[in-house]
Amino acid sequence: MSPTSATLTPSSRPRPRPRTATRSSSPRRSRDLWLGVLGVLIVLAGAELLSRTGIVNPDFLPPVTEMYAALFAMLGEGWFWEALWLTVRGWAVGLAAAMALGVVVGYIIGSSTFLRRFTSSTVEFLRPIPSVALIPLVILIFGTQPQSAFVLVVYAAFWQVLVQVLYGVADVDPVARDTARSYRFGPIRIARSVVYPTALPYIMTAFRLGAAVALILEITAELVIGVDGLGRELGIAQSSGAVPETYALVIVIGFIGVAVNLLVRLLERKALWWHPSVRSEQS
Amino acid sequence: MTRYLKSAGYTLGLPVILLTGWWFASAGSTNPFWPPLSTILEAFPTTWTMDRIVGDILPSLARLGIGFGIAVVLGLVLGTAIGLSPSLRALSEPVLEFFRAVPPPVLVPIIALFAGYTGWLGKIVTIALGCLWPILLNTVEGVRGLEPTLTDTAKSYRLSPWRRLVFVILPGASPRIFTGARQSLSIGVILMVISELFGANRGLGAAIVQFQRSFAIPQMWTGVIVLGLIGVLLATLFKLVENRMLAWYVGQRQIERGA
Repeated sequence: MSPTSATLTPSSRPRPRPRTATRSSSPRRSRDLWLGVLGVLIVLAGAELLSRTGIVNPDFLPPVTEMYAALFAMLGEGWFWEALWLTVRGWAVGLAAAMALGVVVGYIIGSSTFLRRFTSSTVEFLRPIPSVALIPLVILIFGTQPQSAFVLVVYAAFWQVLVQVLYGVADVDPVARDTARSYRFGPIRIARSVVYPTALPYIMTAFRLGAAVALILEITAELVIGVDGLGRELGIAQSSGAVPETYALVIVIGFIGVAVNLLVRLLERKALWWHPSVRSEQS
Repeated sequence: MTRYLKSAGYTLGLPVILLTGWWFASAGSTNPFWPPLSTILEAFPTTWTMDRIVGDILPSLARLGIGFGIAVVLGLVLGTAIGLSPSLRALSEPVLEFFRAVPPPVLVPIIALFAGYTGWLGKIVTIALGCLWPILLNTVEGVRGLEPTLTDTAKSYRLSPWRRLVFVILPGASPRIFTGARQSLSIGVILMVISELFGANRGLGAAIVQFQRSFAIPQMWTGVIVLGLIGVLLATLFKLVENRMLAWYVGQRQIERGA
């Protein structure tokens, strides 16, 4: 068995890519682009019209232009940037901790059959416990400090990462592993040149899932508990009746989500440029 | 016989160790936040009485079920339509990309503007909207990723569009649809709890927060455990349904892996 087959087989599993190549021809692509822009315009114009004509009460859905006016007004204010920074920092720190913890623990458990069998029932039980169940607990212990959000983010993202890493390590071709062992590769060398390439697509999947969940929990903690950040500002804006500002903050948080998705995709491409799932996409 | 014992040992070993660890570590605890496990278990039957189950847990689960159901139906219909039409897909892709990226809890304040947050409506809408996107996007991907040979064969046999949908497209996309539905379900549980933290009326999330606010700590812990058990139960239930409906796919993958 060639050493590449170890890395080829998992490609389709973590993220099966459709084979239909709609992005192949460039006239089609530019047409798609314009259709996309048109779609956005339709939604924006539709929302504006619904509000202006009074079909939807403008107290609930202000015109889109007002939302963006509120958004641009916010861009000039210090609290906005402060809150944005706190949200992004909370997300990044929590995600990084969950990734580090998940990869290390996953690698240790995944490398040993005994540990894998011994822990599987516990992992299966703890994983589906919704992290929001911890909200009352962290309120009691940390109150509105950033640690509250940190605990929720790490708990939620950790399981996503752990499970993917476990799959990834289990997916290593036994022949490749045994070959490396017969060549007397040390454990570090095996981790680096046998396990790592196989597990990397799974780790990227873990990163993608974890990044989304981490953002959800960060915003939840801010909104529900009152940890400083955009979520808290959103709650304040809504309860004080500042409707256009409420929508503006939702839009900002949505754009953070889009930015996170783009970042993940970029990283995936950088880290997996050699991987068939990425290469077939670009051809 | 020894094999069963061994596998039982593997399954139960760590949970037993952890629980005994918790039991003894917390036994003499005087820290109000970490009551002894025995106190928590004692509080359990008096806290989760029939009245609470009917008044708090069942309404919560009913809202989750209705919201999730609406999301599945909407996601399947819209997702199939978008997946089958390249123009529609191009038209909606950036918009969907944005809505997917919005963290669902953000919807709560917006929906509170429209429907208020004391009744069922706002909560169900929150859950449905939050659950919609994973199902919708995975259905689109599933329909798009269908084996071209399959769709071409179905076409050349002149299957009517309806039959093609029921016998080729939906089954072919079902593994992806289930992936999406599983993501949706865990988001749904999160939203079920969060939506109850705002409205003052009853529900599982509301009950737990009430315990926390009145410093009924052992009761709060029982609530956390109930919520955890519900999460595990729903995940198991989902897995059962998935294994049954995707039995062909699981078998096919096992053959692929074995080969």
